[in-house]
Amino acid sequence: MEIKVVKNILEANEMIASQNEELFAQKRVFVVNMMGSPGAGKTTVMERTIEHMKDRHRIAVIEGDIASSRDAERIAALTIPTVQINTGGACHLDSTMVREGYKSLESNLIDLLIVENVGNLVCPAEFRIGEDVKVMITSVTEGDDKPLKYPLMFQVSSLLLLNKIDLLPYLDFDMERFRSDAFKVNPRLEVMATSCKTGDGLDNWFRWLVEGVGKKRER
Amino acid sequence: MHEFAIAQGLLKIVECEALPYAGAKVLRIKLRVGKMSGVMPDALKFAFEVISQGGVAMDACLEIEEIPLRVRCHHCGGIFAVDVPFMICSHCQSTDVEMISGRELEIESMEIEDGNQGS
Repeated sequence: MEIKVVKNILEANEMIASQNEELFAQKRVFVVNMMGSPGAGKTTVMERTIEHMKDRHRIAVIEGDIASSRDAERIAALTIPTVQINTGGACHLDSTMVREGYKSLESNLIDLLIVENVGNLVCPAEFRIGEDVKVMITSVTEGDDKPLKYPLMFQVSSLLLLNKIDLLPYLDFDMERFRSDAFKVNPRLEVMATSCKTGDGLDNWFRWLVEGVGKKRER
Repeated sequence: MHEFAIAQGLLKIVECEALPYAGAKVLRIKLRVGKMSGVMPDALKFAFEVISQGGVAMDACLEIEEIPLRVRCHHCGGIFAVDVPFMICSHCQSTDVEMISGRELEIESMEIEDGNQGS
């Protein structure tokens, strides 16, 4: 006999993600899910962000890696509440992991929670964790063909930080082609060119974040 | 890449739906998997075969309907299937488009052995 089911296979993750969303809404925490390849510059961007913003905003971080606490140690050195999640092999963070991680942070008053996802241009795009926005970081050293090769990541993100632009003079990176392909894959994707080395473009990123934090507080 | 995690989610739903039918074997499971879901059907079948061993779904056949990427243009109203994931209307070139299919990861239905009703 046939049983009609009609269910999303990822419903378990979706349910916890929605619960996380409600919790973050109650606490008025603006949550950024930061994704990108290993080495794109996620942790360094976060360091610059925290250095710039921590005096006026209460920031906390959830670090996701397969192994090692290296990234969490870097962030914790900036004396903000930090939790390291080691997935032990899972290629992305899911909403349950984030819920568990947040338990160690929730006694703090937080305006901005940055979740640094596992370095991976594929899987994190498929799993909601209860974030307000998905931000992806890709660096010019990775090549200009990424929008076509990893379309889902580009489609689910609201903002792309194109990082390490200080290295452009040494690379054959076709900026026009990259921007054009990214636009075709997601016409609503905002692209900001950045360099953590020179500081170029980071002010735009900080402003974008401050705006997000402000809007979340007003809700 | 993480088809095992997805197969686990699938197995949980299947075993839950089969529970009222006390021990009935699951014969077939129909899935709808979108081309942009990030899931590879063959990998999912393999993963499911491995993790369902010893349970009611161990011999279940996974039938996977691959759903194409379709977009609706809010400008001209056209609906198009696209191969390349460009969010641009192929008719009027508007970027005011919405993806209406292609990211599904659903269990549509399942077939169980007859004769085991209720518990």
